[in-house]
Amino acid sequence: MDRIPILKMGRFLLVTIQVDMHDRLALALQDDLTARITETGARGVLIDISALEMVDSFIGRMIANIASMARILDAETVVTGMQPAVAITLVELGLDLPGVRTALTVERGMRLLRSVLRAAGELEEPSDADDEGSDAGPAE
Amino acid sequence: MPPSQTSALAGVLQKDRAGVLQAWMQDQQAGSAARPDLMPASEVQDQASQLLDLLAAAVGSGEGRDGSSWQALRQFLASISTSRAAQGFSPVETAAFVLSVKQPLFTKLQQRAADPGQLPAELWAMTTLIDDLALQTTAVTLEARDRMIARQQEEMLELSTPVVKLWDGILALPMIGTLDSARTQVVMESLLQRIVQTGAEVAIIDITGVPTVDTLVAQHLIKTVTAARLMGADCIISGIRPQIAATIVHLGVDLTNVDTKATLADAFRLALRRTGHALGKSNGSERA
Repeated sequence: MDRIPILKMGRFLLVTIQVDMHDRLALALQDDLTARITETGARGVLIDISALEMVDSFIGRMIANIASMARILDAETVVTGMQPAVAITLVELGLDLPGVRTALTVERGMRLLRSVLRAAGELEEPSDADDEGSDAGPAE
Repeated sequence: MPPSQTSALAGVLQKDRAGVLQAWMQDQQAGSAARPDLMPASEVQDQASQLLDLLAAAVGSGEGRDGSSWQALRQFLASISTSRAAQGFSPVETAAFVLSVKQPLFTKLQQRAADPGQLPAELWAMTTLIDDLALQTTAVTLEARDRMIARQQEEMLELSTPVVKLWDGILALPMIGTLDSARTQVVMESLLQRIVQTGAEVAIIDITGVPTVDTLVAQHLIKTVTAARLMGADCIISGIRPQIAATIVHLGVDLTNVDTKATLADAFRLALRRTGHALGKSNGSERA
């Protein structure tokens, strides 16, 4: 059975969904990702779904669940690259992913993760003075 | 209608076809329905002669109105009314073209009447039949118009929802006119599409030009804002007039999770700050 690769980049985990999600794949990803977070002690998770063309209520809920689980495991989660059709579908399904941060591109997602973690004092990196901590999603 | 009443008509159409056609053409040229500027007489004659053939076939077949020969006749009528409408004939002129066949048929029926007692019934049958055909052409024309109106409405829908770029990473969507479900759908799609294209971080939805906001419209707005947020863009709603603010509160619509500003200028200022731009006068102190 195929799995979605989870890449480690420094203190972040990067998941890019390049294939059509089906239910078992989503369940496998959920298990793999939570395992990897505890294993690596990752502080942030970035899930890129720019290649995802279609979602149903199950996949939508899985994305929300995965994000919440990562949050409970103390890793900030950013979902990036959601396609308009996917966004409209999720809204129509009533899944507005509360508590999940979103960004348009992977690059911005990374920047958002960094700024969130920097604001929480988790990351010692030179600050480049932006205020994206106030972006998308409710406060922690 | 009983066959006895149209059998005389069938006879006339069969035996006096040439005479009817000629008289019809003469009437056409004399009457107001003739438009030599739109269609040459030869073409009119072609149409008339085909129509007579089909009519003769339909009446002579003895089939009910759903028969294949009637259907062929109806199809032909539809095709001429469509082509005539395209050529610039008014529906009245097209109907008059069909109706003007009455006079020659009337004369011929009268000439050939074997039993004067039957004549009124035969004439009545003929009249209702031709009226029916003329109405048919009008119905087809109207249908074509309706389709055209629907298409234009669709085009207007797309035209009326421009998404403009205000700054790097800032889009604005000035909405004008009444919002309904179909329109908000288009608005939502075009906004999200543009967010992807331009990589915008902030989108401003300006509803200054929206006369009324009801629960449905508010819900659509919230959906659009949520969808944009899911894609990673912030939405600001601006141009909320006092009455609309009052309506929204009275309706119990919850806009607490949505940034709202009174004017587009305020929203733009907020958007600039969100994207990290500072705004200030050249001499004064910066206050973005």
